[in-house]
Amino acid sequence: MRRGPSDIVCELMVIGAGMAGVAAALFAAKRGIDCVLVGVKQGLNFASGMMDLMAVHPIEEGRLWMNPWQAIEALVQDCPRHPYALLNPREMRTAIFDFLSFLKQGELPYHAEPERNVMVLTSLGTLKPTYAIPRTVLSGVRALQEKAACLIVDFDGLKGFSGRQIVETLKNTWPHLHSHRVELPDPYSKRVGLQAKRVEQYPEMMARGLENPEVRTHLARAIRPLLKKADYVGLPAILGVQHTEEVFHALQDQLERPLFEIPIMPPSVAGLRLSNLFGATLPRLGVRAFFQHPVLKADHNVRNGFQFEVGQGPAQMVVRAKAAVLAGGRFLGGGLYADRERVVEPLFGLPVYQLSDRNRWHRRLYLDPQGHPINQFGLETDGLFRPLNADGGPAFPLLFAAGSILAHQDWMRMKCGSGLAITTAYAAVKAFEQLR
Amino acid sequence: MKTQVLIIGGGITGAGLARDLALRGIESILVEKQDINAGASGGNHGLLHSGARYVESDPATARECREEGELLKRLAPHCIEDTGGFFVAVKGDDENFIADFPKLCAKSGIRAEGVDLNLSLHLEPALGDQVIAAYAVPDATIDPFKLSLDNISHAQQLGTRLMRFTRVVSFSVQHGKIVWVGLTNTETGQEIRIEADLIVNASGAWAGQVTALVGIKIDMLYSKGSMLVTQKRLTHRVINRLRRATDGDILVPGGIVSVLGTTSVRVESPDTIYPELDEIDRIIEEGSRMIPELKTTQYVRAYCGVRPLIRAKDAENDRDISRGFALIDHAPQGIGNFITITGGKLTTYRLMAEKAADLVCERLGVRQSCRTRTEPLPSAENNQWTRPGQAPRAWIERNRPEDLLICECEMVPQSVIDSIASSIRDQQGAVTLKAIGLRSRVGRGSCQGMFCSLLIAAYLYDCREFSDAQGLLNLREFLGERWRGLRPVLWDLPLVKSELQEAMHCGLFGLELIQSRDRGNHQ
Repeated sequence: MRRGPSDIVCELMVIGAGMAGVAAALFAAKRGIDCVLVGVKQGLNFASGMMDLMAVHPIEEGRLWMNPWQAIEALVQDCPRHPYALLNPREMRTAIFDFLSFLKQGELPYHAEPERNVMVLTSLGTLKPTYAIPRTVLSGVRALQEKAACLIVDFDGLKGFSGRQIVETLKNTWPHLHSHRVELPDPYSKRVGLQAKRVEQYPEMMARGLENPEVRTHLARAIRPLLKKADYVGLPAILGVQHTEEVFHALQDQLERPLFEIPIMPPSVAGLRLSNLFGATLPRLGVRAFFQHPVLKADHNVRNGFQFEVGQGPAQMVVRAKAAVLAGGRFLGGGLYADRERVVEPLFGLPVYQLSDRNRWHRRLYLDPQGHPINQFGLETDGLFRPLNADGGPAFPLLFAAGSILAHQDWMRMKCGSGLAITTAYAAVKAFEQLR
Repeated sequence: MKTQVLIIGGGITGAGLARDLALRGIESILVEKQDINAGASGGNHGLLHSGARYVESDPATARECREEGELLKRLAPHCIEDTGGFFVAVKGDDENFIADFPKLCAKSGIRAEGVDLNLSLHLEPALGDQVIAAYAVPDATIDPFKLSLDNISHAQQLGTRLMRFTRVVSFSVQHGKIVWVGLTNTETGQEIRIEADLIVNASGAWAGQVTALVGIKIDMLYSKGSMLVTQKRLTHRVINRLRRATDGDILVPGGIVSVLGTTSVRVESPDTIYPELDEIDRIIEEGSRMIPELKTTQYVRAYCGVRPLIRAKDAENDRDISRGFALIDHAPQGIGNFITITGGKLTTYRLMAEKAADLVCERLGVRQSCRTRTEPLPSAENNQWTRPGQAPRAWIERNRPEDLLICECEMVPQSVIDSIASSIRDQQGAVTLKAIGLRSRVGRGSCQGMFCSLLIAAYLYDCREFSDAQGLLNLREFLGERWRGLRPVLWDLPLVKSELQEAMHCGLFGLELIQSRDRGNHQ
């Protein structure tokens, strides 16, 4: 241990700043548990903003369920090792309700119908099933249901978002969909006499630009003549970062049409909004959050509990905790790591459920509906979400795991990512509360 | 449709032959069942052999390689990086082989100079401390895509007609002659007939399948070779292992990357081949004997190709079979106007084309001598984009901020996509992501096309190249193709990236559900 790092003592250490990590910290704080969160915020920045609960089962059939709870029931029956099988549906509902309420209080309101998934139009022109959606996306779901007359607006200089692509892809089922390209008004460059034609636009900068009422008015003016018979207006997800509610309502009022955002390629502002919200709110709830700080080393002894070295490059501090939640995600988040031989859990060296032959990690077809076996590798736990050791017992009495690091799920194909993160985080925190 | 010569196969042999014939004033149609260089011409190291690799096993090929290599360096310098090469031996390698090597090279007229070990380490710091001998030879690297595209462009200028995605399905034979050839457009299903005075089968590994259509059997072997592309270039020169040819003994620089190879695995058919994980692991182990860094370096993808080999009775294994080419006149087998040219190497493609064209001329009674031996290969404007750094250079020179970079890893702007799209239209067939990938650096950078393919698809919709859901199906196909090369290298960082990509393609966009959506059970 290098000289100088400061020591922090807490009850519960949450490792990971993706959806599962912030959910665990939130639930812990709500229960008055003294909590430290460390991790790299990247996880949330890459979030799509859609909160999936459960939509596709069995994945090899691509069977779509419009009722997520029935889908979970069927899943648990067919795949009893899925983490959802360890949860009780009442608590799952509570976890999701609490999480969405928190977002609402944070001025990032979500919409969810209790018993029903929705289909969301994406920038690719695909329809993606999900459960809870940002308020800003809702009118798109309705427009799609009604196949209403709808205008998609795209922008000069914004790559990867083509209104024509959406219209062409859906034209057989949605004939009243049209698109039009506009130039994002830039009052600043006009004022200083620059020509701001068709230079590259970045979603985040556009979103921040629209927080300026003057830019909004310019945009509304550009769109209004294109509305014609359109009953809805769809835009790429650029309606503000910090003040999305305000941007959304103001622009909607100016256009006098229901307005909606279309999810785009990550990293998008949808993830940034979540990331900002948790970055600002968790500390206010008493969570000591250290974003951009990965855990470098973990130790445990019976007397003092867990000890973590944390920092970028050299260790900058030591966190001592009675308990910990592993919520570092999979390979991208660093919760798991693979070399040419095997998949490991790098902090504690916990056993990882896996197939030993690398040839069986991935299928030959990328978009194989069965999914890649490696996506089901991960930590196996007991009923209290404690990762197991080689003997099948809990590796440590107070070490928990939550989110996509858990084995026997394929969140990308089952469409259960956020649901898995939130509900297992809830269960892990609750289990700690029982055991402490 | 009528022509003098119908050439079957749009690899480097067919492309070279089309140009050679066109330069002799002979009219031809070149048909290819997929796209340019879809077979071995696109699935190789990109090594312009000095010939040194074959001095022991196949001196005739060694000499051909030397002569042709020297010619191409003069006539097609824009396709070549004259890197030079080393042959290095490591501890435990056969001492007799090492001792004989310079003598054998001299016999084939190949310059091989012994390099002091300290100097070799200084010139190529990536060489390991296991190296016990090093020789410098005139190896170089060549861009096989640019080479084929330039040959075809020149032939087209001279009147050759190119038909991509056109597969030969039948031959109509009367009185010992093929009177017409039946073909199908694999994209539209349209059927056509071509009448030609002479038909040349230059379909490489598929040569036997083509001749089988007229009941002629060529005893071919399919030897798959797999290669690995590193994230960064590890050496300045081509590095060869100084021993009898085996797995993992060549590391070839390719612009900003290095390519490690290769293997030799007998396969049943040249269709649907994959670089397999055990091959990849093997060449890493072997390659790291020369270049230890190969054990830890990042790989971006793998790929493979099939060598078309003509079976020889006495060869003990596939590596012993001559890499020389076979020019077969099918007249003795009862078809008077049918020729097959197969086997051979990328380095000797021009010679193969010359010999085939000589036979064509003899048959057609044309007295024109070969001009590819002296005439430089012109570099075509639209074919320059496979070269690393070319797209960003052009972009910076033009300095138009509205020309957005659409592949950020390799800095390919929209204007380059336009240029490539126009060249694809010149060569007939649809503008697809795969066709663009073949003609540019798109998808070869660190994202391997997983992000930029989405940007390009959107751009192609804007340009009205795509309509309906065609772009999405195209995207699925492109991603599937890239996956073949990614799958074997998915550990460490590439695995991290692939997780992000799958989270986007499947988790967010539900691309895997497109086909099954209609079967969905809406409860």
